[in-house]
Amino acid sequence: MKPLRDLRPEAAPGPLPLAVRGLSVAYGERLVVDGVDAVFAAGKMTAIVGPNGAGKSSLLKAALGIVPRVAGQALFFGQPLAAVRDRVAYVPQRAGVDWDFPARVIDVVAMGLYGQLGLFGRMRCQHMTQAMDCLGRVGLTDFARRQIGALSGGQQQRVFLARALAQRADLIVLDEPFAGVDAATEKALVGVLHGLRDTGCAVVAVHHDLATVPVWFDAVLLINRRCIAEGPVATAFSEANIARAYAAIPANHA
Amino acid sequence: MGADFVMLSLPPILVGVLAAIACALPGNFLLLRRQSMVGDAISHVVLPGIVMGFLLTGTAAPLVMVLGAGVAALVAVVLVEAIIRTARVEQGAAMGIVFTTMFAGGVLLLERSGASAVHLDVQHALYGNLESLIWLDATGWASLLDPVALAGLPPELAQLAVTALLIGAFVAVLWRPLKIATFDEGFAATLGLPVRVLSLALVMVAAAACVAAFQAVGSILVIAMLICPPAAARLMTDRLERQVGLSLILATVSAVAGYVLAGHGPLWLGLGGSVSVAGMTATVSGVILAVAALAGRHRRRAT
Amino acid sequence: MLDALLLQSGYNATLVTLGAMMLGVAAGVTGTFLYLRKRALMSDAMAHATLPGVGLAFLLMVAMGGDGRSLPGLLAGAGISALVGLGCVQFLTTRTRLPEDAAIGAVLSVFYGVGIVILTVIQALSIGRQAGLEAFLLGATAGMLWSDAMLIAAGGAISAGLVLLFRRPLLMVAFDPDYASVRGLLPGRADLMLMALVLAVTLTGLKVVGLILIVALLVIPAVAARMWSDRAGVVAAIAGGIGGAAGYGGAAMSASAPDLPTGPLIVLLAAAGFVVSILFGRARGVIPQALARARMRTRLAGPA
Repeated sequence: MKPLRDLRPEAAPGPLPLAVRGLSVAYGERLVVDGVDAVFAAGKMTAIVGPNGAGKSSLLKAALGIVPRVAGQALFFGQPLAAVRDRVAYVPQRAGVDWDFPARVIDVVAMGLYGQLGLFGRMRCQHMTQAMDCLGRVGLTDFARRQIGALSGGQQQRVFLARALAQRADLIVLDEPFAGVDAATEKALVGVLHGLRDTGCAVVAVHHDLATVPVWFDAVLLINRRCIAEGPVATAFSEANIARAYAAIPANHA
Repeated sequence: MGADFVMLSLPPILVGVLAAIACALPGNFLLLRRQSMVGDAISHVVLPGIVMGFLLTGTAAPLVMVLGAGVAALVAVVLVEAIIRTARVEQGAAMGIVFTTMFAGGVLLLERSGASAVHLDVQHALYGNLESLIWLDATGWASLLDPVALAGLPPELAQLAVTALLIGAFVAVLWRPLKIATFDEGFAATLGLPVRVLSLALVMVAAAACVAAFQAVGSILVIAMLICPPAAARLMTDRLERQVGLSLILATVSAVAGYVLAGHGPLWLGLGGSVSVAGMTATVSGVILAVAALAGRHRRRAT
Repeated sequence: MLDALLLQSGYNATLVTLGAMMLGVAAGVTGTFLYLRKRALMSDAMAHATLPGVGLAFLLMVAMGGDGRSLPGLLAGAGISALVGLGCVQFLTTRTRLPEDAAIGAVLSVFYGVGIVILTVIQALSIGRQAGLEAFLLGATAGMLWSDAMLIAAGGAISAGLVLLFRRPLLMVAFDPDYASVRGLLPGRADLMLMALVLAVTLTGLKVVGLILIVALLVIPAVAARMWSDRAGVVAAIAGGIGGAAGYGGAAMSASAPDLPTGPLIVLLAAAGFVVSILFGRARGVIPQALARARMRTRLAGPA
């Protein structure tokens, strides 16, 4: 598929890992994301923050084409997602997956290699080693042969991260990676993500714990259906902006 | 085990086994996608399909029946999808509406049109006619190598063999995409897999199995084979590869044991005659599932 | 004599028609709760699970020297085997890792298979006059005995009465299970009530619509009614109305054209109600929704 250059906005500066413009999402008649513009830079860890129902997950899912968008566009490295899928990894919310599926931990991690392998490529020894290596980076080597449902919530989240690592992506998008996860796992996850960032990878995560935003993240996108503030944590994550994001905004739908 | 066996028993056993395998294979994925009832829905709409086929062409030739059933299955799938989308109804309810309505329409058409006079009847669609699939040209095992005699095999056998082969190829080729899209649809979508198309293709494959199998084995056996062997296999292993393999073995065992028990069971009990092969096969698969539910190594959820 | 016969059949037909109407009302309301609890296809498993019971009850009654076709006896057998089927679904979903839809499909097909084996055993035993059993597949109300007609009318009335009795707790649990359990109403007990209702509808419906199509009577009116309202109570009432109308219409038509099976007629009438509802329903119908979407698009396109 060739990049659709004509669709590229004039103003898009360089090949940003992810840029959304005027993105809107509606469920039925309810507009949950309303014309959000945002950019996510390489080598930065960005938090998407906002109250419940602010459209954080919907924004990401619409950008990734998992839910349909009613307006706007999302460009990955300056191109539509279809052209650069191998460079983008997505870590969904744990709840959205069937944990009773008959697969072992290592099988799930190996799914991250399917992009490399293609439809018919055989899974070879080196691929399994690669998958085990990724599992090792999240500290779960000993669990490789367990059924995925037998893991704790935090461990399941780490398996997802290992799968994303196996993709060797330049942009990694996480939906509430720290939800329902114990403190030790949280630390381990953040460590891995910081390692990724330091190699130049862009990390984007939906996040709900305001206290940890300045500690872990470099940049922040505050949204409440609309974009409230965007930029480095030092400037954008101000008390005034947080207050604006968490204040009830009047619904403009009937 | 001589000429009589080859003539009378071999074709129905083979047809039963092939039908069971053709159904169990896609049934594994339907089970994991919480879509097991799709088979129930499709096997019911087969009846209006064959009735319409008969009314439009005036013949009850196998090809017409298969085409009619296929079209009906397609219509049903599209209608279910449309109802889910437009009315935001959950899948179970949408299927319940579509298949019962189409089945009811089929029954009324059948009664009104007098099509029932030509061996088209509700019972037939439900029970199948496995017992009547005999190979008159066979004189013994040697007939298996005799092209003239082979040409006299029941056409259902070739039909099901081709179907089972195609379904096997579908699952083998699309193994990885099917596996990811079944486990984690959102992730599959970000990989660029056409999850909608895959999901529809799986349903259509299951429909093909239903359509190819219903004439010989009847719709109730189709449902049993779509669900019971994969469900029993799921309770015995935690790996998808083994689950699919096991389900094929269990489907084969059900079909063979069902045929043998239906033919000889009544005699052992001192009764005359025989009982429905389709019913007995479904019963055997149910017994296997019951055993797996009580003693399968992985019968419980983890956690 | 002909007149007498006509009058007699007319009286029975009236009873059956009224019974079918009440059955439809009960099924519509019950189906609404079933649908709201997302267990719509549960009733399909129960209905199919009646077949072995019908066959075994017939064999038992014949073995005891009876006629074998006594409706109360057959229904008793059907009820017991439906409960066994329900127990199996419950066991598979709670004690194993199988999802509910697979449990329902497995029970449905296996019980039906067992039922067919028993029916063919009855044929093999060549006990004559078993023809009546096939009527349980698709329902037949024409040419019914007076006592059977009474049984159906009574069954319809009992089902409708049970629905009236249970409507409040069921509504509460369907709307908010947590709140209901705080009020001391366990969801488990409400599910028990719901299953009792489904059983009553299934047994009454066995002879009227047949076991294959009972699920339609529980699902179609409920979903159709959902198109009109977002309030559970209103949905239940509308569903009862649609179900009652379909039951009455189908049974009446079948009485005037006895060669047409009653079940499919009732189901097609209900389906017609569904088509109207999905098109015009105020809450979720296609046309009102399309209008609402168009309104939103103009608003989005307008000045932001």
